[in-house]
Amino acid sequence: MNIIIRKFYYGDIPEDKSGGDIVSKETKTDWPLWEVFIRSKQGLDHKHAGSLHAADAQMAIENARDVYTRRMEGVSIWVVESKYIHASNPDEATSFYEPAEDKVYRYPTFYDLPDEVKHM
Amino acid sequence: MFAVNLHFNLFDFMGEKDFEKIFQEKIDNEIKIEPRDWMPEKYRQNLIRQVSQHAHSEIVGMLPEGNWITRAPSLKRKAILLAKVQDEAGHGLYLYSATETLGTTRERTINDLHSGKAKYSSIFNYPTLTWADIGAIGWLVDGAAILNQVMLTRTSYGPYARAMVRICREESFHQRQGFEILLVLSKGTTEQKEMCQDAINRWWWPSLMMFGPHDSDSTHSDQSMKWKIKRKSNDELRQNFVDMIAEQVKVLGMSLPDPDLKWNNKTKHYDFGEINWEEFWNVVKGNGPCNRQRLDARKKAWEEGEWVREAAAAYSEKRKIKPKTHKEALETV
Repeated sequence: MNIIIRKFYYGDIPEDKSGGDIVSKETKTDWPLWEVFIRSKQGLDHKHAGSLHAADAQMAIENARDVYTRRMEGVSIWVVESKYIHASNPDEATSFYEPAEDKVYRYPTFYDLPDEVKHM
Repeated sequence: MFAVNLHFNLFDFMGEKDFEKIFQEKIDNEIKIEPRDWMPEKYRQNLIRQVSQHAHSEIVGMLPEGNWITRAPSLKRKAILLAKVQDEAGHGLYLYSATETLGTTRERTINDLHSGKAKYSSIFNYPTLTWADIGAIGWLVDGAAILNQVMLTRTSYGPYARAMVRICREESFHQRQGFEILLVLSKGTTEQKEMCQDAINRWWWPSLMMFGPHDSDSTHSDQSMKWKIKRKSNDELRQNFVDMIAEQVKVLGMSLPDPDLKWNNKTKHYDFGEINWEEFWNVVKGNGPCNRQRLDARKKAWEEGEWVREAAAAYSEKRKIKPKTHKEALETV
């Protein structure tokens, strides 16, 4: 039995040319999509903020500043073209993450120690 | 659309019905749906329609206000209005991005607006005649939008919900600045007070229409509630809005243009008059005071921006031809 499944090659953006009846009428002026990551302050990780279109990396960073940091939400911006993001398959999530499920000994609470033991 | 046939061992014995069941279980258990998860095609189409319409509303919504940036009465008001309109552009972008995760392109979404296939909120088809209208828009129009958007921060589709969280955080200043504009006018000269009341009179009913048709006449409501795209009905939100505004208007010392507006001690809500649905449908169908003007302005902006998009793309192409190492790039700066 064939099940129709939408196929994503990267991130959250479906691949436009993965079949179907859509004729892309892309022109030269269609700017690529970029994913934006923002460090909200020194010492914290960059976190995914969203996406936007831009002709090149510099424009992507400037647009990201205008779109995502109008209220000083960031001190550093990363951008990467969306097509370079690869992602795990949600349909395989159950088996993919299964190995971690039965390993309670990875948590400190698994170990029963006498109360006399301090600072551990 | 965008479909390919894949053979998965697990899926070989699963049908569409099983997928729908898993999907609905997630919804019922308050688990967000993310772009790469399986979803019914109707859920996807419904969201594309709603989120893109929401995005278009943000963008078209810049027009009636942008119109007043140069005429705002002080530098402070100009700066505030400019910031607000810039926010709307940002909100449009968050939402366009959310739409793209559903498998449509930015170009197609914008084409649908320009061709008239996609709608935007009818409220922006009314003109902004005086400075007080900017106050009324912030207070009433943004106030109505916020009620809807606060609900949507809990919508079942992840990217839409996240965009809404960001939007709500930014939007609350919009409503407060609007109310403040009216508050200043309400304490001003007789002429200013009249201007204030006039703007409220003109924006009140269109604001109530923003919540859409009655629940009994709303085509998309039932399914949207079941899928938790919407979590409150049109009439429920509208009632919340009336209850809120009917109290706030007292602070302004102004009135709402509805003789039937009255506190109902039994229901603990305000009763209010019937909306002019003929006007509502007429504006939805494209015959409002500014429908034509708004769309023309959008198309003009798109066409006149063409050379900028082309130039940026050409520049980017040119730089790709001669790749530089990081070191070279630094040396040439």
